[in-house]
Amino acid sequence: MTYRPGTALGLKEVELTLFQKLIGIRWLLLLLVGGVVAVGVIMLYSAGRGRFEPWADRQLLRFGLGLIAFFVVALSDIRLWMRYAYVFYAFALGLLVLVHFAGTVAMGAQRWLDLGPVNIQPSEMMKLALLIALARYFHGLTYEEIGRPHFLLIPLAMALAPAALVLKQPDLGTTLMLLAGAGAIFFLAGVRAWKFILLIGGALSALPVAWNFLHDYQKRRIYTFLDPESDPLGAGYHILQSKIALGSGGVFGKGFMQGTQSHLNFLPEKQTDFIFTMLAEEFGMMGGLALLALYAGIVVHGYLMALKVNNQFGRLLGMGFITSFSVYVVINMAMVMGVVPVVGVPLPFVSYGGSAMLTLMIGFGLLTNVYIHRDVPIPQFGASH
Amino acid sequence: MQRETSRYSVFSRRAALLMSGKAALATVLAGRMYYLQVIESDQYAVLADENRIHYRMLAPQRGRILDRFGVELANNTQNLRALIVAEQAGDVAKVLTRLRDVVPVGDHEERRILREIKRRRSFVPVSVVENLSWEQFAALNVHLPHLPGIQLEIGETRGYPKGETFSHLIGYVAAVAEADLTGDPLLELPGMKIGKNGVEKLQDEPLRGKAGSQRVEVNAIGRVIRELSRDHGERGADIALTIDAGLQEYAADRVDGESASVVVIDCVTGELLTLVSVPGYDPTPFTTGLSQRLWQELVSNPLAPLVNKSIAGQYPPGSTFKMLVALAALESGLATPDHRVGCSGSIELGTHEFHCWKKKPGHGALRMVEAIEQSCDVYFYDLARKVGIDRIAEMGRRFGLGQSFRIGLPGERPGLMPTRDWKKATYGQPWHPGDNLNAGIGQGYVLSTPLQLAVMAARLGGGRMVTPRVVRSVGDMLLPRPEAPVMAIKPEFLKVVQDGMVRVVNGGAGTAKRAKLPDNLGVLAGKTGSSQVRRISKAERQTRVRKNEEKPWIERDHAWFVCYAPAETPRYACCVLVEHGGSGSGAAAPVARDVMAEVMRRDPARRMPGERMAGQDDKRGA
Repeated sequence: MTYRPGTALGLKEVELTLFQKLIGIRWLLLLLVGGVVAVGVIMLYSAGRGRFEPWADRQLLRFGLGLIAFFVVALSDIRLWMRYAYVFYAFALGLLVLVHFAGTVAMGAQRWLDLGPVNIQPSEMMKLALLIALARYFHGLTYEEIGRPHFLLIPLAMALAPAALVLKQPDLGTTLMLLAGAGAIFFLAGVRAWKFILLIGGALSALPVAWNFLHDYQKRRIYTFLDPESDPLGAGYHILQSKIALGSGGVFGKGFMQGTQSHLNFLPEKQTDFIFTMLAEEFGMMGGLALLALYAGIVVHGYLMALKVNNQFGRLLGMGFITSFSVYVVINMAMVMGVVPVVGVPLPFVSYGGSAMLTLMIGFGLLTNVYIHRDVPIPQFGASH
Repeated sequence: MQRETSRYSVFSRRAALLMSGKAALATVLAGRMYYLQVIESDQYAVLADENRIHYRMLAPQRGRILDRFGVELANNTQNLRALIVAEQAGDVAKVLTRLRDVVPVGDHEERRILREIKRRRSFVPVSVVENLSWEQFAALNVHLPHLPGIQLEIGETRGYPKGETFSHLIGYVAAVAEADLTGDPLLELPGMKIGKNGVEKLQDEPLRGKAGSQRVEVNAIGRVIRELSRDHGERGADIALTIDAGLQEYAADRVDGESASVVVIDCVTGELLTLVSVPGYDPTPFTTGLSQRLWQELVSNPLAPLVNKSIAGQYPPGSTFKMLVALAALESGLATPDHRVGCSGSIELGTHEFHCWKKKPGHGALRMVEAIEQSCDVYFYDLARKVGIDRIAEMGRRFGLGQSFRIGLPGERPGLMPTRDWKKATYGQPWHPGDNLNAGIGQGYVLSTPLQLAVMAARLGGGRMVTPRVVRSVGDMLLPRPEAPVMAIKPEFLKVVQDGMVRVVNGGAGTAKRAKLPDNLGVLAGKTGSSQVRRISKAERQTRVRKNEEKPWIERDHAWFVCYAPAETPRYACCVLVEHGGSGSGAAAPVARDVMAEVMRRDPARRMPGERMAGQDDKRGA
């Protein structure tokens, strides 16, 4: 099948100039993202005991690389993403399989592919590839078709295959994020509500079975989530120390670089998963709420952008991404505050990590892309043809 | 387009649903922040401080032990030592090899160091070498740049500058044993040492001082980041003894090589100026750790270096007891000073014959003063038979025998002052008349320690009921010195035995004419004693009887001499015991004379300008 834009339904072909595209970029969104990144760099500077090494400088560098990726993605033609959606997905899935056989083991999990000069984390790539592939799939379905169960089998398989591979690594956090992103798209595409209820009910009844497949450390995390004080020096240590750091921060915090919990290493993983705790210790509830407000600004902005998109592929992709993004934020914060078990989800843009930064910037590039191309008609084809 | 609109309306509806869900979640997060950071904040602030702030106890500096003039008998000496911090050293074995070029480190030591490093966290310093000399310490300082991880430290260890001479008196400190723990956290400090013997043990509380404390900030693995505050605590109080260190050393030198005891006491205050027991032992190994070999050596030494003979050695007083028999007779009215007994060298009681030390023809007829001067046994057999043991025992107790003074040293023993009831209770036998005779010359059941006989001499000479004491002050506080009451005995009776004692040394027929002091040092009054070795104390039995080649020595009499001076206004009394010395006049009296001469030379009431005292060139505190 050859793709000729706009011909299938006889729609007028729309071509945007580079200038038009640049005008279309929502610079406020970029500013808000920059603000969150700045918070991250400041906290990494503090985590490095008042030095840019080893985290803050590299985080900044990655943000710079991410910005380039953002612009490349944002200014590219949306139809390219549409066309290569499955190819991209297949590529990411292939890498996930590869990582299963040839991945580098780090910290007890096999997540990385060693490609000489760079290590890549295919599960990060899959976060976006899955969203794009699902958006394309549902783009091609009518509302009626979505109502028919057999049309849901393919996208379900598309979501579950990478989730299973990632769970095997093992990486429970990313698995959940993949499922959350896929779920968001299913939901937005109009999959009937009772099917979700059925699915959730089925998942709940399968929990006892799934429990047996969990690794010991994962089981322990759930135990300690339920009662962190039961083992304050063992598995409950992370949650307890994180709550102590947060609570002792109070309303206004202990001051920049004055966090005793984080600087004396009582707080684990302060530069990655628990960086929000460090922020809330040093800048108190005010700092925490300010960051939360920044995130809220980004999410609301992204939501409004996605709403304006007039093609199904674009709005599913945009809304799916911004929903995934907000889930990352919520899960991470809830985790460090002891509301949900520790599952290893970094705080977007703030936690130290190169792969995540790149994924997020490409993701926001895609959001901007679909916003810029909101009026570009995309013929409906795919599953229904 | 219908299809498109329906998809879009579903999308918008559901997107709105998702957004409200997110808003709800954000509210939950903000609420949780409020709960943790406002409502529960105080509790978590406390927990955070508990995390990071550790209290550490700081061992206080132990008080010194001084003689009456401030001479240090126990102090805290610098301990120059090298420590190693494994994490800074990197390759520990390599650093130790380089260290060996400067100071010796044995293979055994190296194994210990590596073992300790393995046991502790890598930033905890481990001792490498202790007690370095200044030269070694300086050399290490120069080499320090090439010895990563090596730390040089000036620590403190307990030092006993006078060593053996004061070993029994001062005792020693050693590591806290399980049984010593009282719940005082100070005792649980690593490296803490407490008094285990002598004054160190009995004055341990004041010497210990009050522990200081330090608040430090630590990180999650316990590494100290910085000190927050420090309370130095209080160093232990200095304890000043009544002992005159110079005199003690002189006396110890004088009896060096013997198994002996010398006690010098102040007749007015009861303060002990000298409390020597030889041989002593080196207290340092007891502090740092005693080897099995050294311990065996000390235990099997026939001269019993571990026993403080001055207070723990119990011997029959022999003829030194005769003054008390005389006093008992005088007070009971059964004899007057003019009571005469004819000595023919022996006396018969029933079928048994009791001998005088002077064989036939004996001393002839003697009055009481002469009997003391010549130490006639027959005279005192006669008195004892008349007076009976119970009156003698009562007098003995009044003069300090058969009791413990609790002078504040471990191991003080009460001796034995027998009575009729005692014998009945102990042996189930009646008191025989022959027992009276034996007691009359200080043999038989009577046992006394050198300290008791020194007190006896002080009470006889000074006429005051002095109580011996060894501690003069604790910290800045001079211990109260209650005035000793006058002895409850008629002065004229006391005068008789005092006259007798003066004649023992200065009379024509005295048994200790050799003990006469040079004229310028005053008149010495004394009494010899030689006690037959019939009872051998348990310790002696264990350590001596085994060795055959020593038997002749072991069978010799113990030599006693008790005395006081100056005779007219008695101020100092002395008791000398030389175990198996042979005779009191031969072995003990000359020692007592020299010691008393030294005492008199030191007496500020008598001292003349330009006179030299023993140990004068010592660096002294006063």
